[in-house]
Amino acid sequence: MQPIIETKQLTHIYSEGTPFQRAALNAVDFTAYRGEYLGIIGHTGSGKSTLIQHLNGLLKPTSGQVLYEGQDIWSDPKLTRQTRFNVGLVFQYPEYQLFEETVYKDIAFGPGNMGLAADEIDARVRRAAAFVGLKEDLLDKSPFELSGGQKRRVAIAGVIAMEPKVLILDEPTAGLDPVGVESVLSNIRDYHLAHNATIILVSHSMEEVARSVDRLVVVNDGSIPFQGTPAQVFRHGQELEDMGLGVPQMTRVFNRLRAMGANIDGSVYTVEQARAAILRAKGVG
Amino acid sequence: MALKDITLGQFFPGNSPLHRMDPRTKLIGIVLYIVALFLAKSVLTYGILFALLATLIAISRVPLKSILRGMKPVVFILIFTAILNLLYTPGETVLLKWWILTVTLEGVRTAIFMVVRIMMLITATFLLTYTTSPILLTDGIENLLGPLKRIRVPVHELAMMMSIALRFIPTLIEETDKIMSAQRARGADFESGSLLRRAKALVPLLVPLFISAFRRADELAVAMECRCYHGGEGRTRLRRLTYRALDRVTIAAALFLCAGIFVLGRFGL
Ligand SMILES: Nc1ncnc2c1ncn2[C@@H]1O[C@H](COP(=O)(O)OP(=O)(O)OP(=O)(O)O)[C@@H](O)[C@H]1O
Ligand SMILES: [Mg+2]
Repeated sequence: MQPIIETKQLTHIYSEGTPFQRAALNAVDFTAYRGEYLGIIGHTGSGKSTLIQHLNGLLKPTSGQVLYEGQDIWSDPKLTRQTRFNVGLVFQYPEYQLFEETVYKDIAFGPGNMGLAADEIDARVRRAAAFVGLKEDLLDKSPFELSGGQKRRVAIAGVIAMEPKVLILDEPTAGLDPVGVESVLSNIRDYHLAHNATIILVSHSMEEVARSVDRLVVVNDGSIPFQGTPAQVFRHGQELEDMGLGVPQMTRVFNRLRAMGANIDGSVYTVEQARAAILRAKGVG
Repeated sequence: MALKDITLGQFFPGNSPLHRMDPRTKLIGIVLYIVALFLAKSVLTYGILFALLATLIAISRVPLKSILRGMKPVVFILIFTAILNLLYTPGETVLLKWWILTVTLEGVRTAIFMVVRIMMLITATFLLTYTTSPILLTDGIENLLGPLKRIRVPVHELAMMMSIALRFIPTLIEETDKIMSAQRARGADFESGSLLRRAKALVPLLVPLFISAFRRADELAVAMECRCYHGGEGRTRLRRLTYRALDRVTIAAALFLCAGIFVLGRFGL
């Protein structure tokens, strides 16, 4: 697998030199591979948002490097700006960044900044709107007339319209109802498949990431204690609980069973896997 | 990023005697100090005031670095003042003459005094806001302006507005930072281009900022009403302000300082 974004010994200190100084990241080595669907989980205040804002050059490292396709993104101002287009970032509660008179114009803001031709912008806006399930007739409305969930979709479309190679989403489902969560997650998956894009999904819901991602990176207290496939990560059940993260329900049940002495696979995290594991343990199938 | 460097008047938590002093004492002290600054005319009196300020900074344990950083936004005003005084002070002893510009010895003197005076004035007020939490500061102002209530000045409401405004400055800065980042992620460029372009680039920042400020104001009003806030009448306080021995001594010393500087000025010092 080929790395697309890497950080090397990345350290970030907020408000350095004041009494409010706080190290949010400590010498973090992070890698995202081309075309993968990566999850980042961590407790509130662990440094997830800080980490991802480095990946597209919004925050400048206090020390260490951020590489995009092998090049240090801070080595040249042009490269920094270009990286912002290659690496799309959807912020936490992105609906608060809407500003245009119409939904259409707001989605077109990013592509417009890229300096694309008008017909290309138009095509991208419509494609992006379709991706997130916004109907055509909504495009001429004011974004401020929409519901919270719809605003969220407009904001996500605004980033998708730039068609970034890497799409990073910071808790895109926070505060949505279960149906909204499902549809946003499936929109993201569609984008992943359609563009063969790298996706980085930040979340603190284990259940949510466990279902979607290929690989998981755990952030705790400004560093990365472990990473790997969801099954590998969930083997650290106790440590995750100690970090205040918890594991998916099924994993918890199985870890408990193992603690009680059952000889059973502890790395399951979905109901289907649980069923298979139980059958295996029983010697059936 | 640059926004976070604005420390203008940011409270610096601490436990020095200056921090513990009654806010009213500090307010009165500052006013008297500024009066003294304007009465001072000689190197001697400036020296006294400077030594006093330096001692106070040392006592407050506010890092010198933060005070100097606070000076950054006024550098332009300082330079401007210096140049104006340098060029437009009439005097006898001409030091330099070039084209229509003349620099006199008096000009140099006035320029130096003016710049030092402004810097000391700013440092002194910074010392006040660095060592006094915004809540205490507005409590102090409300209390000192209390007598104005008699002539129907809504002192409590003004103080409440001020403390709310102060309370929300960091929130607004944070919010601005967040929205700026979000728009930068969509390729917005706030730093380059002509003045007009830069002004236009602010639209994606200001619209969401205003909307969220109004939303916040609305929520705050509801939250305050839910807790039965209805103005200052009959309202009691969690923190009562009390003058202690240190406060009395400080106010007396500040009055004495003012008088002393005035008298020295009379004697041409
Ligand atoms: N602008 C800032 N200035 C100062 N400190 C900050 C700033 N942003 C974040 N921090 C601090 O850095 C640490 C990491 O914050 P970060 O926003 O990266 O956490 P997070 O993992 O995204 O949390 P959440 O799940 O709540 O979004 C926190 O302790 C936070 O207080
Ligand atoms: Mg976050």
